[in-house]
Amino acid sequence: MSDERQPPASNEPDGTAHPAERSPGAVQPSPDDTSEVWSRRLVRELTGGTALLTILSVVLALAIGGILIAISDPDVQDAWSYFFSQPGDTFSAAWDSVSSAYSAMFSGAIVDFNEYNIGRALRPLGETLTNATPLIAAGLSVALAFRAGLFNIGAEGQIIFGAILAAYVGFAWDLPVGIHLVLGVLAGMLGGAIWGGIVGVLKARTGAHEVITTIMLNYVARFLLLYLLTTSLFQRPGASNPISPPIVESAQLPRLLGSGSRLHLGFVVVLLAALFVWWLLSRSTAGFQFRAVGANPHAARTAGMSVERSYTSVMLIAGALAGLAGVSQVLGTERVLTTGISSGFGFDAITVALLGRASPWGTVAAGLLFGALRAGGVTMQAGTGTPIDIVLVVQSLIVLFIAAPPLVRAIFRIRVAGVESPVSDLQKGWNA
Amino acid sequence: MKLELRGITKRFGGLVANDQIDLVVEPGEIHGLLGENGAGKSTLMNVLYGLYDPDDGQILVDDQKVDFDGPGDAMAAGIGMVHQHFMLVPVFTVAENVMLGQEHVRRAGFLDLEAARRQVSEISQRYGFHVDPDAFVEDLPVGVQQRVEIIKALVRKAKVLILDEPTAVLTPQETDELIGIMRQLKSGGTSIVFITHKLREVRAVADRITVLRRGQVVGQAAPTASETELASMMVGRAVLLRVDKGPATPGEATFVVENLTVADERAHLAVDDVSFEVRTGEILAVAGVQGNGQTELAEAIMGLRPAISGSVRLHGAELIGRDVRHVLGAGVGFVPEDRTVDGLVSSFTVAENLVLDLYDRPPFGSGLSLRLGELRANAEQRVEEFDIRTTSTESKAETLSGGNQQKVVVARELSRPLKLLLASQPTRGLDVGSIEFVHKRVVRERDQGTPVIIVSTELDEISALADRIAVMYRGRLVGIVDGGTNRDVLGLMMAGIPVDEAVAQAQARPTVVEHLDDGSATTAGQDGVPT
Repeated sequence: MSDERQPPASNEPDGTAHPAERSPGAVQPSPDDTSEVWSRRLVRELTGGTALLTILSVVLALAIGGILIAISDPDVQDAWSYFFSQPGDTFSAAWDSVSSAYSAMFSGAIVDFNEYNIGRALRPLGETLTNATPLIAAGLSVALAFRAGLFNIGAEGQIIFGAILAAYVGFAWDLPVGIHLVLGVLAGMLGGAIWGGIVGVLKARTGAHEVITTIMLNYVARFLLLYLLTTSLFQRPGASNPISPPIVESAQLPRLLGSGSRLHLGFVVVLLAALFVWWLLSRSTAGFQFRAVGANPHAARTAGMSVERSYTSVMLIAGALAGLAGVSQVLGTERVLTTGISSGFGFDAITVALLGRASPWGTVAAGLLFGALRAGGVTMQAGTGTPIDIVLVVQSLIVLFIAAPPLVRAIFRIRVAGVESPVSDLQKGWNA
Repeated sequence: MKLELRGITKRFGGLVANDQIDLVVEPGEIHGLLGENGAGKSTLMNVLYGLYDPDDGQILVDDQKVDFDGPGDAMAAGIGMVHQHFMLVPVFTVAENVMLGQEHVRRAGFLDLEAARRQVSEISQRYGFHVDPDAFVEDLPVGVQQRVEIIKALVRKAKVLILDEPTAVLTPQETDELIGIMRQLKSGGTSIVFITHKLREVRAVADRITVLRRGQVVGQAAPTASETELASMMVGRAVLLRVDKGPATPGEATFVVENLTVADERAHLAVDDVSFEVRTGEILAVAGVQGNGQTELAEAIMGLRPAISGSVRLHGAELIGRDVRHVLGAGVGFVPEDRTVDGLVSSFTVAENLVLDLYDRPPFGSGLSLRLGELRANAEQRVEEFDIRTTSTESKAETLSGGNQQKVVVARELSRPLKLLLASQPTRGLDVGSIEFVHKRVVRERDQGTPVIIVSTELDEISALADRIAVMYRGRLVGIVDGGTNRDVLGLMMAGIPVDEAVAQAQARPTVVEHLDDGSATTAGQDGVPT
């Protein structure tokens, strides 16, 4: 464990941890400790990376995505068969398929140049922002927990439970305009906070690892939703499929661009949430404590902070943020509670937070990118027949590259200024 | 075997850890490698042991150029290394540890443990090591574990043995035994590179001394050189070898520990019925070999570890059962023993670290928000006052040198009015300049009338600072003696021998290290940083 106790000792070569690690027979720390070390390292790696590397990772992922599009395209495959007689055909076919797929993606995500009406041309952008809304909210949840030293894999469950409560207030209660919406939003955030808070309390009281508990609570939330939608309390009267009554209009998040777009007020609320998280992390005493506990719980405890209380509070807030994602889905986008209400936003949120380097504004940017990929992927599939799975591949590659900065550096031949680091912290993984 | 390093250069980014180092180790020689923490000693030895690739320079064994790709090559060439932190598997026996990595097998792949046991017994007998090949390593005292490491190297036919800060974990008496072993090995033809920052020891045993400073060889010295001479070579300027401190003017005993009993993680008694008191204006040093309950004692006082029984009172108010926040609030300043783990958040800025335990109190916290302006103003003031060398108050703490990191911790803890200062290993791994500075601040705090507890494993530090010394052994207080007590007596007490007996024994059998010609001076170096 000696290496845990040392920062990368740039000023003191005598104090570097490498010799011990690389020596034969070095005593390995117990697995319990290493997972803590590993997680803290990951957080440091994520928050310490450069914006350049992030952008390059995205570029690289899109490039490899392009190769996959070309390979899987039937026209390109045909051209391959006579590659040696007319190699140009192969390349032009490949170029055609990649450019048409990506331009379809662009027109589905940002602006559609085939529409002359400005409102309709920008409709794809609205769709991107609509998709980005829950991604940003849940991404903020994951990012905040990251900074406080917790891996919130449970945004999915928190979204679902938040959506359940928000939906119930939304369809079952009858309240005046304004109050109804506010209560609906609060109920959703409360739901998420409860689901996250359980994790925090378990971690603080019993030391149960949050990765395990969040994953399990995801299942609980999912099957709870399936069950509830079969009960008379939640199932729409007369419906045979699992669907709730529609959300009452007074509880709906109003559309921002009229009826032509699904973009709703939730997007603004989520931006305010990002502002709140930024303030919390960089300008508040509570955030100072969260960050200290996240970066070094030993020092935080020695300085008189309550690590346990910090875990609980962070998970409550993170849960509420994920709950907000559920709210935006059920009161804004879908306006009805279905079994697929979260449609994987909670898992994409982990990627979004990774890509955003666990910073609030980075998460907003990453959420917008992923929103665009989601919106554009649909158009791409419809327009060019390129499978939407390519989007998933691109997303996964982005994460892969971000988790392996030395790989990206090697590909683009970026030299690291400062200390020579033969092995990245993340690569050392569990044994470091 | 003759070992020669020629022009070894090793860079880490912009930092030159080893700059054109030449070193010759003659056959059958004990070669002292002396230098402060960070001077490049360990880097050099890691280059020699094949762990680092040198950027420039050559290694020659018996005038033949060699190239080491890893420790395996170095071992094959006859170089053995005993790391400061032992590379032993605690749940294996001595014989199993010795054969690890070089297992003898009989037919059908069965391990030939018998051969390993024979080897251990043979070497143990030849050098008088008294090591039982069947003992489990975890049951052995540190000094014996070290001998197991030496046996490991000898079994691999090491002709040159590198000992990296071997005395850091030993009592003076154990150090004496080690010196005996080193001399025996030497007479058997093994050369030894003895890495240390302790002047006393290197003078006692080395045939030749090479001094490193900032990655360069600054000179060679004979063991007859005086400590002052060596210290100034090591540091690069004249060094005041003792702390400038007037007599204590102790007042009332405001801090009282009574019958304190604390358990460690494995539910063993780490602190066993310990009682003492500290008066205002005095420094009580808690001495002992690492791992004899000092850490747990400090943690129990701070509320970081629950006490089983007993009481700790500051100005009459009970601290046991209160949380850390309350103890800090009661006016206890705490310098934890491991600054990088417990003292600092290395990814936080200097300014943030300077308010780590004050961030939510005025003027730094108001309501829910943090007043960044106050943080910055405070940081600028402390950086100035404590001479913290940093490019900016917004630099991350991890970019600072060990000495400056420690100054950040000390500055934070001394930045509020204290009723007790509790400092564990306050100068571990620091350079001489920082040690002098920290000691000066500790003494100043005492002179302002604060009771001070210093926990240290370093006898030099204990003798330099203490007005009274409490010696701990296996969780019990062996005794409390006067600050000027002879080091041999302290050493024996650190091995659990009561005061009276220790005094008698020390007179009968003084150690080599204690009785060098100018042995009265305190040495400059302190305990090494774990490498």
